Amino acid sequence: MSNRLRAWLLATPAILLVFIFLGLPVLATFATTFGDPKGPFSTYAAFFNSRFRMTVLWRTMEVALITTIISVAIGFCTAWVVARMPGRIKSLLIIAAVFPLLTGVVVRSFAWLVILGKNGILNNFLLGIGAIAEPLSMLYTQGSVIVAMVYLFVPLMILTLVGVLEGIPQDMTDAAASLGATPAATFRQVVLPMAVPGLIVGAVLVFTGSFTSYATPQLLGGERQMMMGTFLYQRAMVTFDWVGASTIAAVMVVVTLTTVLVMSKAARKLNPMAG
Amino acid sequence: MKTRIHPVLIVLTVLTFLFLLGPLVVIIGSALSDTTYLTFPPQGLTLHWFANIFEISAFTRTMGTSFMLAVGGTTLSMLIGIPAAYALARYRIELPAFLGNVFVLPILIPEIVLGFSLMKSLASGFGLPISLALLVGHALIVLPYTVRVVGASLNSFDFSIEEAAVSLGCPRIKAFFTVVLPNIRAGIIAGFILAFITSLNDVSISIFLTGPGVSTLPIQLLAHMEQFFDPTIASVSVLLMGVTVAVMAVVERTLGLTFLTK
Repeated sequence: MSNRLRAWLLATPAILLVFIFLGLPVLATFATTFGDPKGPFSTYAAFFNSRFRMTVLWRTMEVALITTIISVAIGFCTAWVVARMPGRIKSLLIIAAVFPLLTGVVVRSFAWLVILGKNGILNNFLLGIGAIAEPLSMLYTQGSVIVAMVYLFVPLMILTLVGVLEGIPQDMTDAAASLGATPAATFRQVVLPMAVPGLIVGAVLVFTGSFTSYATPQLLGGERQMMMGTFLYQRAMVTFDWVGASTIAAVMVVVTLTTVLVMSKAARKLNPMAG
Repeated sequence: MKTRIHPVLIVLTVLTFLFLLGPLVVIIGSALSDTTYLTFPPQGLTLHWFANIFEISAFTRTMGTSFMLAVGGTTLSMLIGIPAAYALARYRIELPAFLGNVFVLPILIPEIVLGFSLMKSLASGFGLPISLALLVGHALIVLPYTVRVVGASLNSFDFSIEEAAVSLGCPRIKAFFTVVLPNIRAGIIAGFILAFITSLNDVSISIFLTGPGVSTLPIQLLAHMEQFFDPTIASVSVLLMGVTVAVMAVVERTLGLTFLTK
């Protein structure tokens, strides 16, 4: 048996699994959106002309973007410190970041439900110290969704960036310093350019993850803060509008793939190590 | 490293970790509270809510389903993923470069889109029973983990050892099981356990593929939360955190947790 044949035979079951249960169904979803009797693009015209649907799309983009910016900022600063800690403390901090990451999204969103609820911990605390006279309604707002999403994605960002920042050789920053660069200049001209590809990879993970999330907007945003994921579910399983749901799905795929492609190209271009 | 760290950054880091761990402490505390509603700090201590989990058949049933699904889906994905990872690492020249990306597709395509599309296709075409559909869906979403983690192990394996065994007359299959497999054991265990926890916590695929009769624990939790708001949910959450701790212990002992920062 030739090596080529053997290689293909070994890979075939996995290729088939992806092709039959991912490729075909997703293509079928795309096909559904073009099958409208009013013309192939009428479902998209309906989507982009509907004020409600565009509101959901923009809200999702906004939430995902804000989540990404906050997560990148917190993640970068924290990873910077973690990467510089001595071995034992560093391992402990990594464990502390991995633990929430591996805990399920339902559990982690539920925690915020308990904290931000009307009779929740934060309200009780604020009432207790007399900062407010009556409980605030914090749930089912854009803010509550963003807080819970940042909570979901900060660990991912920290873990991605610790690896990246550890990979920057100490010699480089030392060299910059010995040549007279201030710490700020060293950071801006040496560290940041080298961290940019990792930052972009992390940012893409956070953006696509929050753009397509379901459980968190469902629990903390509810009907009032409908996002693309919850909107897709509602159209598919509550109103049984499969064509509408397929259009939402297609828009989600296009946004996600465009983000991934454009940003990974940018990451490659900005990588100072790639000649 | 001896670079000085700005005190503001230290404070920020402490706050970040309080932010990351605080909510989990809140869950643990409210699971122990001797009240019929969720509160923190707990008022009185009781394990009643943990006992209560086993009184609610919807929880015990879906726990069983979730566990079997995670084991079954991960095993299926391993059986399919290990040969693929092996082929990608061993026959790099013979296979087209894009093939590695094919196995990442289940992460690249939004999971909720995948769940919806699978449900739509299965409902209209394949006619698969729901439990089988769930199994396939879970095997699919964990495939990227199994292929990548096992692949990482295989990439640091020296295939000339296997070649030596084969050239000395050992059949290829036997060489794989006696030479390659023991050397990538850590990767297989870590891949299995990471895939397991991913499947166990999954919402986006399961939400479309569960129905009356068959449900998973996270979906049941979501449904329960919409009706009741008692400490039982918190105690189930604590049990799930226990699983996370076990998973972390296994990953730490096999590949080491720093593996996750690479």
